[in-house]
Amino acid sequence: MADRTIVVVSAGIGTPSSTRLLADRLGSAVELRLRSVGLAPATTTLELRDLAHELTDNLLTGFPVPALRGAIDAVVAADGLIAVSPIFSASYNGLFKMFFDVLDRDGLAEKPVLIAATGGSPRHSLALEHAFRPLFAYLDAAVVPTAVYAATEDWGGADDPIVGALVDRIERAAAEMARAVAAEERSVPLDPFADPTPFEDLLTGSPSTSSASRETR
Amino acid sequence: MQFGIFSVSDVTTDPNTGRTVSEHERIESMVAIALRTEAAGLDVFASGEHHNPPFVASSPTTMLGFVAAKTRRIILSTATTLITTSDPVKIAEDFAVLQHLADGRVDLMLGRGNTGPVYPWFGQDIRNGVPLAIENYALLHRLWHEDVVDWQGRFRTPLTGFTSVPRPLDGIPPFVWHGSIRTPEIAEQAAYYGDGFFHNNIFWPKEHVQRMVELYRRRYEHYGHGPADHAIVGLGGQVFMRPNSQDAIREFRPYFDHAPVYGGGPSLEAYMEQTPLTVGSPQQVIDRTLGFREFVGDYQRQLFLVDHAGLPLDTVLEQIDMLGELVVPVLRREFEAARRPGVPDAPTHARLKAAAGRAPREPASPGSPTLPAATTA
Repeated sequence: MADRTIVVVSAGIGTPSSTRLLADRLGSAVELRLRSVGLAPATTTLELRDLAHELTDNLLTGFPVPALRGAIDAVVAADGLIAVSPIFSASYNGLFKMFFDVLDRDGLAEKPVLIAATGGSPRHSLALEHAFRPLFAYLDAAVVPTAVYAATEDWGGADDPIVGALVDRIERAAAEMARAVAAEERSVPLDPFADPTPFEDLLTGSPSTSSASRETR
Repeated sequence: MQFGIFSVSDVTTDPNTGRTVSEHERIESMVAIALRTEAAGLDVFASGEHHNPPFVASSPTTMLGFVAAKTRRIILSTATTLITTSDPVKIAEDFAVLQHLADGRVDLMLGRGNTGPVYPWFGQDIRNGVPLAIENYALLHRLWHEDVVDWQGRFRTPLTGFTSVPRPLDGIPPFVWHGSIRTPEIAEQAAYYGDGFFHNNIFWPKEHVQRMVELYRRRYEHYGHGPADHAIVGLGGQVFMRPNSQDAIREFRPYFDHAPVYGGGPSLEAYMEQTPLTVGSPQQVIDRTLGFREFVGDYQRQLFLVDHAGLPLDTVLEQIDMLGELVVPVLRREFEAARRPGVPDAPTHARLKAAAGRAPREPASPGSPTLPAATTA
């Protein structure tokens, strides 16, 4: 039985996609490291392309259909998230953003997140720092320090004299991510339907379960 | 069980003809819909409240007062009355006058409203939506239950020695429903006061409706108003009917595809599968509606949305006639036969008056609200 769950979200468009290739490498690197410290991780991969229409419908109708609800629930319940998108026009693509737009506002709070991106040229690598990282900071996620960018040429194995080869960057990020996921305590939102704030507290202006409270597990 | 019509009062272009009715026509058609609701043998007509185009229902008690004069039987209600941005003192006064004019045929459903700019237009902040709903209703409740009120709160100027006039008819305030799609605090509020809870049951999959109703019922029992399955629940629903279901689909599709709330999104078929929208034959509407009981339990009020998305008035009136002739009589019979013993009907003025005659004026119950220290002058 798994004691840690990792969800990998890939917003790659092509099939096969280099974004998915990077996502899979990151997923297995994190999984290996967790196993090496005696944990039993379970990794699930979500291809957002399969949910593209459902995401649009959610934006327009305000609620997710069951397939999308399942994907959202899996991410919210996960102990760690690996989020990978191709760079489109200086940022993550629209598909990637749509998913995090419809995700529950508190769904990523304090959750370890590893961000990664692919692109045709290494010149877009800082999009991870000025587009991806602020998005997840806004969502109160705990983003690990190393973000992984893979340009087309990285798949040829060329070493960057400063940051090392792609496989080295994957290993560094995976080590940070595995440490964060292995750490025991993480808070989860209280279920306001299971534990509603008593009305006397609402009348006196106490914060309500659905807006503020979290508990440590 | 009560059956009725609720209208959001939208002015939407008919996608088949390209024609947009005037505000004047839309207001008159809402009155025509209310009158047909009574003529068709239904029980409730409820008006929405909006303060922005393309809606016309900014002053529901004015319209309901006019309808009251032209009807004898139906209950006049709202879906919803904005408890966040309307002054609770004015709500107390307006609905008390309406109650006297309509001989008690009045209740109301409170809601927060989700149109952002309406809050600042009325001097409020949408981020205070839930606290506004809680504090304003605490005041409204006192204004109706206590003859002289001293009051101080966060959001409204204080009151000392204030009497809301006229006093409720026969000393019985209008019954209050609280409507919310997904906010547990509102289900909690309805439960605390022993008021009704209404879910609009239109935009959401049934699991969300179920979760809210279940919370309300559980907490209704917790606050000592009675067993959970005796709590007062209302649901919305959205239907379009023709004798032949394929004709219904064909005729409704352009309205669905261009409707402001879901146009451009999922297909009609997908939406019907995922939400309670039913487009088909009267029998399909009967079957689907009876199915609501399976996920919320025995409930007291079913309202249908039939007049939106630019549907022409004649078509809407046909829908009400079909509900009255073919659907509601069967639903009344079937719901009655299935209903568990002891489950009460929805409160009406006459029933509340009879109950008050059997007990002291303010029946004591654990849920009888007392003003918290923080909001007492």
